[in-house]
Amino acid sequence: MVGDHGLKKFLVISAFLLPNLLGFLFFIGIPIVASLGISFTQWDLLSPPKWIGIENYKTTLTNKEFWAALGHTFYFIAGYLPLVMVGALAIALILNQKLKGITFFRAAYFVPVVTSWVAVSLIWKWLFNPEYGLVNYFLSQFGINGPAWLQDPNWAMPAIILTSVWKDLGFVMVIYLAGLQGISPSYYEAAEMDGASAWQKFWHITLPLLNPTTFFVTVISLINSFQVFDQVMIMTEGGPADSTSVIVERIYNHAFRYFEMGNASAISWLLFFIIFFITLLQLRIQKRMVGDGN
Amino acid sequence: MRNSFKFITVLFLSLILILTACSGQKTTSSKNENSNKAKDEKVTIDYFTFSPGDQHEKDLKAMISAFEAQNPNIKIKYEMASFDDYFTKLQTRLAGGSAPDTFELNYENFVNYASKGALLPLDNLLKADKEFDPSEINQKAFDAFQYKGKQYGMVESFSDVVLYYNKDLFDAAGVSYPNADWTWKDELDAAKKLTNKDKGIYGTYAPIQFWEFYKTIAQNGGSIFNKDKTKATVNSPENIEALQWMVDKVNKYGVTPTDAKMSGQSDGDLFKAGKIAMLRTGIWMMDSFKDTPFKWDIALEPGNTQKAHHFFANSLAISKDSKHPEAAWKWLKFMSASKDAAKIRVDSSWELPAVSNTDLVNSYLQQTPPQNRKVVFDALDTLVVPPVIPEWNKLTDTFTKELDLVKLGKKTPKEALNELQPQVQSLVK
Repeated sequence: MVGDHGLKKFLVISAFLLPNLLGFLFFIGIPIVASLGISFTQWDLLSPPKWIGIENYKTTLTNKEFWAALGHTFYFIAGYLPLVMVGALAIALILNQKLKGITFFRAAYFVPVVTSWVAVSLIWKWLFNPEYGLVNYFLSQFGINGPAWLQDPNWAMPAIILTSVWKDLGFVMVIYLAGLQGISPSYYEAAEMDGASAWQKFWHITLPLLNPTTFFVTVISLINSFQVFDQVMIMTEGGPADSTSVIVERIYNHAFRYFEMGNASAISWLLFFIIFFITLLQLRIQKRMVGDGN
Repeated sequence: MRNSFKFITVLFLSLILILTACSGQKTTSSKNENSNKAKDEKVTIDYFTFSPGDQHEKDLKAMISAFEAQNPNIKIKYEMASFDDYFTKLQTRLAGGSAPDTFELNYENFVNYASKGALLPLDNLLKADKEFDPSEINQKAFDAFQYKGKQYGMVESFSDVVLYYNKDLFDAAGVSYPNADWTWKDELDAAKKLTNKDKGIYGTYAPIQFWEFYKTIAQNGGSIFNKDKTKATVNSPENIEALQWMVDKVNKYGVTPTDAKMSGQSDGDLFKAGKIAMLRTGIWMMDSFKDTPFKWDIALEPGNTQKAHHFFANSLAISKDSKHPEAAWKWLKFMSASKDAAKIRVDSSWELPAVSNTDLVNSYLQQTPPQNRKVVFDALDTLVVPPVIPEWNKLTDTFTKELDLVKLGKKTPKEALNELQPQVQSLVK
């Protein structure tokens, strides 16, 4: 039973939560529900929406460009995820030492994370400039004739992957750093007494004990990378020859260039289901892996 | 538990009440405002526009003050957006029921808005206005903004694309200047002589993209659709030949720089830097070429079997929901047909006003450079309008992808256009 005291407490808590909840309700909750409804209609914003059932889902699933964009999104993830995780772990291991000025380096790696995507994309667009860009200048020092990067359909996606890894490295690194500092030194002391090498310590202590961190990072990064958009829009607009067209870029084009709100909503929901099932799968795997680790 | 559930219900109900009360109040208050305005006979007309940009905002302001001086009971409240954001914002405002009274539409998007019933037909306003004389406006440009026999837009300005050439580079290479008789072959011969790889100078430039494509095929007698736009004619032999010519200038003859060689610089920048001898671009660039250290002029574009020149036009339209159609009409008429607005446009080298007044046209022609300004009007004799269909953005995106592949040498013009033919056909059904 909730007494007078309980009610008062509840009122106070609600009052504090209300602004946030209202914001969520009006700007996220209602639009999400509405987009589900809209996905069953044909709506160009000008004429009233027309109910067409699952037609939007049918056209999307039979649309070549949708599957191509999904393929490009997986290509992005396949390049981005391993690079950002291995890279971040490596840097976290280095920055976990007790060295002078280590906080400076930690901050330096974190700066790109708090920089806006627009600024980062514009800078990297210049770095990737085939004639005057620093990337190709650097390569030319080793006698390598760099590609045209963003103007070349084979190299545009790798360029976007590199940019994204550079920007997100700091975020993943900080999480790994937290994970590393949560490992009790007694494990390492015990291992040293048993004569374990540095590699053995990493492989048998650090990595297994980082399992929950790795899982968290994978889930977060995967969800984020399915929604890759800003860097694509600014650096290539999906080109050249659609080689960097990704799912969210499709949603944007259908909604705000072709004004097919129904179609765009349908793609959004398909993306939601893809992310939902992949995350569900990960949870299953996690139960096995992380459970063992502890 | 039960108590807290009740509490939440009450909370939500009271919230809903508050919200509805708020919105109720808003409508009544705005109604009051309206009736007040009617008493004062002073109305505010919103105007949403993309064409001024930073460069011409002051000219728009000048037009507004001229209009407000002539119509003391009408106030114009303008709002600008960049072209890239403009149509998203406009469509959202129309959908949200907060449409601006008047807004700008380019020819490409006009059909879409007219066909969806978002615009107020102007015919009754036109007829009721005894002062208005349609002959003050260029007839072709005026008629362009009709849809199914009704006038929906008032043309305010137009522009076209011509051939700019760097006289100094021509003199240095000992090549005679382009003239109206030139064909693609003459252009190529000259471009070969003008190209100087050591100095990074290229003979001629035209982008490989959809807009350039539909004009270039017209110069070879081709088109994207048949006359009534029911059938796509994308892979005709004329079109294949024209696209081949576009890419040959880059890949075979090397008289046009590749995208990689241009590395993010615009064609206008390269022309200004004296790196391009002949450039096809719009008359809106004249102002920015004004202070170049070299001499330049313009000429008609060379064609193959016939001449063809881009034609772009902007218009003003009234939202079907506008509460003040008469006042809005006055603003449209001012922007489209008045000498004052046209004069500001001409004096600031903005786009060309669509008025037929010869004094104004003459004052435009007297400005230099270019010496041969008359070409701007000569080009109108062979104008080709954008092949507009309601699915305009899809059409341009579909072409962009395949033209990219051709540009990169991944597909031959024939393969790309064969691929496009059924896709474009499906857009017109």
